[in-house]
Amino acid sequence: MKKEELPQDPSVLDKFTKDLCYVVDESGNYTTGLSRGWEVKAAALDLAWGDIKERIEEAKQKALKGEISPLLFFMELRLMDMGTLAGYSGFWKWQIKRHMKPSVFNHLSEKKLERYAKVFDVSVDDLKNVRGNEN
Amino acid sequence: MKINFEHIQAAHCENGVTSNLLKYAGVNNITEPLAFGIGSGLFFIYIPLLKVNNGPAISFRTMPGLIFKRTCNALDIPVVRKTFRSSEKAARFLNECIEAGQPVGCQVGVYYLTYFPKEYRFHFNAHNLVVFGKEEDNYLISDPVMETVTTLTSAELDRVRFAKGVLAPNGQLYYPSAKKEVSEEQIKKAIKIGIKRNVRDMLYIPGPVVGVAGIKYTANRIKKWRDKLGLKQAGTYLAQLVRMQEEIGTGGGGFRFMYGAFLQQAHAYHPNDTLLNVAEDFTKAGDLWRSAAVQAAGIYKGRLGSQEDFNTMGDYLLEIAEIEKKAFKELSNIKW
Repeated sequence: MKKEELPQDPSVLDKFTKDLCYVVDESGNYTTGLSRGWEVKAAALDLAWGDIKERIEEAKQKALKGEISPLLFFMELRLMDMGTLAGYSGFWKWQIKRHMKPSVFNHLSEKKLERYAKVFDVSVDDLKNVRGNEN
Repeated sequence: MKINFEHIQAAHCENGVTSNLLKYAGVNNITEPLAFGIGSGLFFIYIPLLKVNNGPAISFRTMPGLIFKRTCNALDIPVVRKTFRSSEKAARFLNECIEAGQPVGCQVGVYYLTYFPKEYRFHFNAHNLVVFGKEEDNYLISDPVMETVTTLTSAELDRVRFAKGVLAPNGQLYYPSAKKEVSEEQIKKAIKIGIKRNVRDMLYIPGPVVGVAGIKYTANRIKKWRDKLGLKQAGTYLAQLVRMQEEIGTGGGGFRFMYGAFLQQAHAYHPNDTLLNVAEDFTKAGDLWRSAAVQAAGIYKGRLGSQEDFNTMGDYLLEIAEIEKKAFKELSNIKW
């Protein structure tokens, strides 16, 4: 990539930093350049976030219908997989899988609910009622 | 307490931490491309059954941690590396290092990294930064991918050092344990080792999913994604490929430009013109990776979508595989 071809498209990095890239000058020697962003990768990141938002919404609808416990919604909201939630909550993966069932979740002790609420950074009440915040 | 540590921005976090810490330890001539090449950083792997963030698991570089380890090893520099079970002990050890004037590399998770834009904050736990001081409750942070230095409170730093999930850092810190002069002869030798190991990694690791063979394998998979996954999910997969290639501090073109820069810098130590010619091949490979990304974007933005478009995408990767294969063959034929 030639230095003058380095894209300078607006991106989410604006106001944070710039991307350092390796580029060649007119005689083919490598040097570095800073890039604001590249529309091609901004679109890839947008798409990833679009997918995440879809999964959050889907999990929310399922939880509100009582098909699955609110845990899935909060996992999606906080971008977690089973292993990450297990790490932060201290529950085993098999326990979390059980807690995904509304029938099991609805009978969890206050103490266990608090553990989840703390990880997701919400109140126990919000946890039970599928109310997420944008932190 | 503030250590007189020079923050030099890098494309990739681990390269940057490695080169900046080594520079502090007295290796004056080290640069990001040299650290990357000596650590044999260039790689390709596609793990078909593993999913990352609901997309394909693809990497353009070697495993986290290896570049620091290999580069220090090759330059014969002793390393301290520690993980912790308790965050109190982790903080105490870090503070002792700083008080002793030793800047320290830390492995951290990105999700709670407050100075990153929200859109970049996934549960990715193999990010690296250098702590080079503490003023009251604020740690002075040199994050190589940032233009300038920044700070984290002790609570914020503790949270990212003890991030959970895949590759959980467990408070891991590391640093070269002695200041040391490195001779030109040593760097020459380290470059040779790094290139030879990279030839092995890209050409001779058995199995279809690694190195040049892995690029070919991915090319042929991509051609089938449209029928197998449907247009929408195929788009998601291609977007993930592009993000791994361009987003995660690769310096552009999935580290291929950085490797080209390394070979040019290596030429200053080994005046063999093959190195310059192969550097050009990597510039070409990087440019093709970028063209492939533009093609992929056409698909995931909905402008393209026919089977022909997927074939074109796959063909880019086949062409890249040929170029990189030839490039590494030429490197392997160098008489050092």
